Amino acid sequence: MINSLQPQTDGGRLLKILKNESRCTGCRTCQLICALSHYEENNPKKAAIGVRGQFPAPGGYKISLCTQCGKCIKACPTGAISNVDGVIKIDEDKCDYCLACVEACPFDAIFVHRDFRVPFICDLCGECVEICPTKALYWRQ
Amino acid sequence: MKGGYAGSILRVNLTTGEAVKEPTPEDLIRNYVGARGFIAHTLYNEVPKGADPLGEEAKLIVATGPLTGLFIPSTGKAHVGGKSPLTGGYAEANFGGHFPVELKMAGYDMIVVEGKSPKPVYILIDDDDVTVEDAARLWGKGSFDSEAALAERHGEDFQSCVIGPAGENLVKIACISHDYGRQAGRTGLGAVMGSKNLKGITVRGSKAIPVSDIPGLIEIGKEMYRKSVQHPAFELWQTYGTSSVTNWANRIGVFPTRNFRSGYFELFTNIAGPAMNREIVIHNKACFSCAMCCGKYSHVKTDDYECYVEGPEYETTAMIGGCCALGDIKDIGYANFLCDDYGIDTISGGSIAAFAIECFEKGIITEQDTGGLKLSWGDPKAVFEVLRMIAFREGIGDILAEGTRAAAERLGRDSQDFAIQVKGLEQSGYESRRAPAMQLSYMTSDIGAHHRPSWAVTHDLKTGRETVEGKAEKVIELQHTRPLFDTLGVCRLPWIEMELPVSDYAEAFRRATGLDLSEEDLYRVSERVWNLTRMFWVREFPDFGRSYDLPPKRITAEPVLSGPTKGAVLPQEKVDALLDDYYARRGWTKDGIPTEEKLKELGLDRLVREKG
Repeated sequence: MINSLQPQTDGGRLLKILKNESRCTGCRTCQLICALSHYEENNPKKAAIGVRGQFPAPGGYKISLCTQCGKCIKACPTGAISNVDGVIKIDEDKCDYCLACVEACPFDAIFVHRDFRVPFICDLCGECVEICPTKALYWRQ
Repeated sequence: MKGGYAGSILRVNLTTGEAVKEPTPEDLIRNYVGARGFIAHTLYNEVPKGADPLGEEAKLIVATGPLTGLFIPSTGKAHVGGKSPLTGGYAEANFGGHFPVELKMAGYDMIVVEGKSPKPVYILIDDDDVTVEDAARLWGKGSFDSEAALAERHGEDFQSCVIGPAGENLVKIACISHDYGRQAGRTGLGAVMGSKNLKGITVRGSKAIPVSDIPGLIEIGKEMYRKSVQHPAFELWQTYGTSSVTNWANRIGVFPTRNFRSGYFELFTNIAGPAMNREIVIHNKACFSCAMCCGKYSHVKTDDYECYVEGPEYETTAMIGGCCALGDIKDIGYANFLCDDYGIDTISGGSIAAFAIECFEKGIITEQDTGGLKLSWGDPKAVFEVLRMIAFREGIGDILAEGTRAAAERLGRDSQDFAIQVKGLEQSGYESRRAPAMQLSYMTSDIGAHHRPSWAVTHDLKTGRETVEGKAEKVIELQHTRPLFDTLGVCRLPWIEMELPVSDYAEAFRRATGLDLSEEDLYRVSERVWNLTRMFWVREFPDFGRSYDLPPKRITAEPVLSGPTKGAVLPQEKVDALLDDYYARRGWTKDGIPTEEKLKELGLDRLVREKG
């Protein structure tokens, strides 16, 4: 990751990102800003948030977003994943790309790209919340 | 390589099965910028004069622009071009969605499909790997099933555009479909795909789109999104999309009704935005990077039918609702679904269905032609059945599948007078006898009677619905501005509805590409492309001129039957005055042909001399 961004906080308390899928239009602007902010690349395939259309039926979108549930931490056989002050982090040196975390994630919120040797995950920077034109993403105060 | 561009052009020859990559030429970028510009140049330069639009020499071009896929609002656009089997002239249509950004991320600014496959195939693109795959099992399937089957086979991270049975059957109003409801609808490009035995194109890309100034792009992108969501019309657009136009169009009498006999449909409140939202809309559905989101997704269910469909958009509501007098939004929704699944353009499809109903009413076609089916205004089952007969070229559908102009020539008995088309392309959803600038827009559009290059109804309202003075000047201004978005590879709607200024797009272009083209330079490109597409028509038709720009007789001689514009015609002398002024301001001859000087001024003289 080129830019390691700080999670958003409010009075010292970590802010979490919530989703309202009924408001999502599938525009994927969240993915654009995520990749631009972290990798300085116009490449929505490097976003740590997923948007999947449910077409032709039943319509609508599924948003894949890390909830910091920690299942990936338990699933990781090399101890590469940890919760650092409320944010899930993957240690590049310990990760051996077995993808057990990707399998274990109940929210499809751990991502891979062929340019990277480790999976990547949301760091709660909140750029997506700020740009989302329909407030499908919002802060839990 | 310049930022903004993926860097390569992909040529796929379906006769040989070969795929070749070429660098996107620097001079093509400078002189034609992208998407529409690339198509106009490639078509004029590479397709020989007089080529059969459905023959082996014809080409199908899919092109993106320098802003396609980038972080500014509504960059999910690709344009498709070729020689139109419907009009014989310049053909261009576009679709939004997610295919265009995927294509660019796979590394391609444009695909040029050449030759003709001996059997049904689709093109599979996975970044640098390009193959031509067997499509035997897809052939005959509807658009929805075809797209779903490709996603099933290759994965949901692939994006596809496909044709339905209409394209396979070389129906001349066949469209190309993507994302379960987005179409490159106009000018029959689906038939060009069908003629090549090409069922679809499926693509996945993983690469970043190069950008010259990333912080600069982020800055202007954020600014453009901020302006959009803070615009007073943003909520309205999110709520209704293009269907917000229906009420307004009826109130001012431009809603095409009963094949353009009227500009007012008495049942319009049943089919306008609020009714649509109440009865069928279930979700919003945007194209890539779009904030305003005109797409509405619907679930239509009655005792007779059930479907999921994107829309209906305003144009579909106008051409299938108003034009065929269907006063129930569910019926329009289902007809929309049928068109999408067959792969028929809803604008031409609605227009032709209305034309058929009028022919039936006048005894020009009878139950013998329709296989016993009675056609009448407001009968949804008649419309559903006519659309099916067109898609499969059954009975009278075989004649109607050629478009209203050709059908009227065949059927005769003055049916040409109410075949509502210009240059062979059915007029889209604005009755314009009391909107001279809009009618001039239809008359001079470079694909035939379509509103994409110039939409001038509000200008007519503002400056006088009877006056012709000043209208040509406005139409030319619009014909350079709106197609500029088609050249940059972005949607024009945020400019119109969220009032994002052209200067923002010019700035985004400079930051993305690092090219020093100014806003004025971009307008110059737009004028160059407009003159080149005009020269394509000139080249293809030895008698091309003013007569090709005339509207059908209904517009000039038959008064509007009802509503706010009752009694209106646009008399021939006004039509002549509009064209005189338009040609003079464009630097064209009195017969509408670009002059030597004009071509020279725009740097087109050599190309026209060599390939004309």
